[in-house]
Amino acid sequence: MVVVGAGMVGAACALYLARAGLAVTVVDRGPVAGGTSGAGEGNLLVSDKGPGPELDLALRSQELWRSLAEEELGARGESFEYEAKGGLVVAFTPADFAALQVFAATQNEAGVRAEEVPAEQLSEFEPHLAPDVAGGFWYPQDAQVMPALAAARLLKASGAALRLGSAVTGLLMSDGAVRGVRTTSGEIPARIVVNAAGLWSGAIAELAGSALPVQPRRGFVLVTEPLPPLIRHKVYSAAYVSDVSSSDAALQSSGVVEGTPSGPVLIGASRERVGLDRTPSYDALGRLAGQAAELFPFLERVAVQRYYCGFRPYLPDHLSAIGPDAHVAGLYHAAGHEGAGIGLAPATGELIAALVTGTKPMVDPEPFRPGRFADGCGCSEEAAR
Amino acid sequence: MTVDFTFDGRPMTAESGQTVGGALLAAGVLSWRTTRVNGRPRGLFCGIGVCFDCLVTVNGEPNVRACLVPVSHGDVVVTQEGDGRG
Amino acid sequence: MAENASDAAFDVAFDVAVIGAGPAGMAAATTAADHGLRVALIDAGRQLGGQYFRHPAPGLTAPWSAELHHGWAEFERLAARVETSPRVEVLFEHQVWAVEAVEAVGSVPAVAAVGSVEPVPAGAAVGSVESVPAGAAVGSAELAGAVASVGVAEPVSVAVGTAFKVLTDRGPIAATSVVLATGAYERVVPFPGWDLPGVFTAGGAQALLKGNLVLPGRRVVVAGTGPLLLPVAAGLAAAGANVLGLYDANRVRGYAKHPIPLLTNPAKLAEGLDFARRFLRHRVPLRSGYLVVEAQGTDLLEAVVLARPDGTGRRRVECDALAIGYGLAPQIDLGLTLGCEPRYLADGTVALRVDTDQRTTVPGFYAVGETAGVAGVQTSLAEGEIAGLAIAAQAGGGSRPADAVALRRRRDRQRAFADVIRLQHPVPPAWRAHLTGDTVVCRCEEVSAHAVTEAVAELGAADARTVKLLTRAGMGWCQGRVCGYAVACLAQRDPDVPPSAADLLAAAKRPLARPVPLGVLAEQDRRK
Repeated sequence: MVVVGAGMVGAACALYLARAGLAVTVVDRGPVAGGTSGAGEGNLLVSDKGPGPELDLALRSQELWRSLAEEELGARGESFEYEAKGGLVVAFTPADFAALQVFAATQNEAGVRAEEVPAEQLSEFEPHLAPDVAGGFWYPQDAQVMPALAAARLLKASGAALRLGSAVTGLLMSDGAVRGVRTTSGEIPARIVVNAAGLWSGAIAELAGSALPVQPRRGFVLVTEPLPPLIRHKVYSAAYVSDVSSSDAALQSSGVVEGTPSGPVLIGASRERVGLDRTPSYDALGRLAGQAAELFPFLERVAVQRYYCGFRPYLPDHLSAIGPDAHVAGLYHAAGHEGAGIGLAPATGELIAALVTGTKPMVDPEPFRPGRFADGCGCSEEAAR
Repeated sequence: MTVDFTFDGRPMTAESGQTVGGALLAAGVLSWRTTRVNGRPRGLFCGIGVCFDCLVTVNGEPNVRACLVPVSHGDVVVTQEGDGRG
Repeated sequence: MAENASDAAFDVAFDVAVIGAGPAGMAAATTAADHGLRVALIDAGRQLGGQYFRHPAPGLTAPWSAELHHGWAEFERLAARVETSPRVEVLFEHQVWAVEAVEAVGSVPAVAAVGSVEPVPAGAAVGSVESVPAGAAVGSAELAGAVASVGVAEPVSVAVGTAFKVLTDRGPIAATSVVLATGAYERVVPFPGWDLPGVFTAGGAQALLKGNLVLPGRRVVVAGTGPLLLPVAAGLAAAGANVLGLYDANRVRGYAKHPIPLLTNPAKLAEGLDFARRFLRHRVPLRSGYLVVEAQGTDLLEAVVLARPDGTGRRRVECDALAIGYGLAPQIDLGLTLGCEPRYLADGTVALRVDTDQRTTVPGFYAVGETAGVAGVQTSLAEGEIAGLAIAAQAGGGSRPADAVALRRRRDRQRAFADVIRLQHPVPPAWRAHLTGDTVVCRCEEVSAHAVTEAVAELGAADARTVKLLTRAGMGWCQGRVCGYAVACLAQRDPDVPPSAADLLAAAKRPLARPVPLGVLAEQDRRK
């Protein structure tokens, strides 16, 4: 079988499919982690998710990530900088804090550990946090990995054959079923093809005569000079949660700040729908910088060394597509995770493996059904925008 | 004209107009930074502000490029360890 | 001043912003100013002259200082023109971290472009080049061999209403045109021990001498390849260093194959003879065909080991300084991030593509001197002047003065010579063979050759970007300026395969041309 896409989701699919006993070939037009996976912070978050199918997938993923990092790959010295550092969400106004309390209560019921931290105790979590904060919540389950390294490590662990630098140019079909892929370096026969092509998964679906309305949602991340561990957790403002779930095309930005084991502090997160335009937006960068300084005033004098620009594969209902194609037998989709693909990857791979082999899935696959866009979930108008 | 400054507490003298790096080198000091991962000594390399190898702490300010900044009277220059923000 | 720009809009305070006050930038600034344009001459440093004319602060002198410079009188003339011009505002200690293209509201004549403009995504401005008549087709003239002046008399390439914001650590500077004169930096490749104190780039050793009148050491080896090694060795010797040898990794035989560029640049021949005389006088041994394969020492350089590319002929030279360089690489990050098209040169360096008037593919944005391909000081001076004239002609709406023809002819001759030099001084591919697993490749992030090899051989990194993602090579303070070329080479599993164009481009491009204090970046937004 073939997995299209050597990013984080493709790597996780390859790993769990290989573990299920399938011989896997991973094809990518570029290198490992050449798309969205190589342009993100590597967040494994539950804190930004309300109750629902995505949270279920995230909670399962948290367990799998921990096991991969601490037992499976980690035990062999194949590190990918997994850090179970926890997240701190802070509210700048009493009104925001009240909204956060309501949100956290719903999360608690859904299995998320969210602990209220009064304003006066926030400095115990983050000594350098701005003093004028109304309150916050502590999410001990939030974690982080180095995403490109994680994708490379999982791919290697899968033992899959790698065909990098090979673009998929067509799907081999007969009788409405997949028979393999045609690539720029030859044909690869396969009864099952998993479309984990991220931003390009819509194009892959089209090659099969199907559709997946994936669109890019641009984001910038600022990277500072290396610092000692002055920022201990992932820290973000409560406004982030509403930005994530918004469908607005215009620039949205909320401060998300975190340290890394290597030293630099990463600062996100902006969201814009501008196609695949990489033209730097110095306004967006400035906004991110200002928001980071609001959270951690000491950052004002710290040097920003670079920024990167990435595109989240966005589906109109903010939920990924995981499972068999509605029309083409043998074609599975594992795409459209927007900004949460690193966090959601292992449970996605596990779910794909269960669906392909017909074993009992750990997460209910129904909400992720790729066919939901075709049969009118009320999203098609949105997708067309 | 000369300029007095200190390096790791030692009194030093430079010619006016020299950079911190130039003055240290003239005094026989070749390294004033240890790296953040392996603790290796570093000093001037590219000499024109491109490589950032000559980073040093001057008057409490870390990550100053010694090859670019002129030494001033009374400067307190200190060997920078790691990221300098320790 | 541009720094005091008002909130939502800003004044295009200058007709031209020249970035870099070296020979090319000074020539561009004075020429444009002489034709009535208001010029901002921006430099990160505190003096005119750039690297080539780097000189000590006033009052600092040595008996041998004069021997460090060629063409000093020319610099003094140019500096006097800059300093006395009422229309050149020199902005020292301004670190430019990006240039943003903006579009003026309404069509503002270029020369009188003072007024309110609103920032728009740069892509919009860049895209407008396509709607410009064919005369502006940057690159085609150059590729055709510089047929130059035919049909280019109309001012076409600056789209009306396009302007730039030069973003600096002291605020933005707005100008109708920008001239990129940021010069070059030295290319080096790793070898065991190259991170020891006492190892300098050749240009670094020279800068120390020119700017501080300080020697990098008493016993010095000069090595690498390229013409820069000559003045470096000569300067060190003149200042009293014991230059133990000048080792060029390339055997310099091929010049005879290119007689025309040599004969049409007689000044270069004379310069070569002058160096030969000076080396004889200071007893500097010259060797070619040897490269440094190791620097030895514990915490300081103690010796270097040289060998032929195949590893034979090893010799150990005890020394306290090594000055090493493998040629210069254009500093073009500002232009590449803005969207200028690159040009790939025979020695693996990347420059900005320009037309015969030094226009890049972004209308209104010019590249002169080393940013258009390393070619030396005389080319820089000529190109600065050509760009200055072109911008003036553009602004005035008139045709170009006749003297530009002679200038362009001189520039073309010099560029032909520079191309011959480039062919003679490639980085010898053998450098890779002498790496050990623990040789530091990325000095900032301390990434070893072993880590890079693992990423390529085992983790699926097929290009430099992925090597960087997986190892952090190039992610440190210098943003890959030092290790970028080496990583581009190492991303090829087969050492005989040269680096890909994409990887060479990645090594030349960086999103921020300088580290920017976060508070300065935040001002971008707060200013609104």
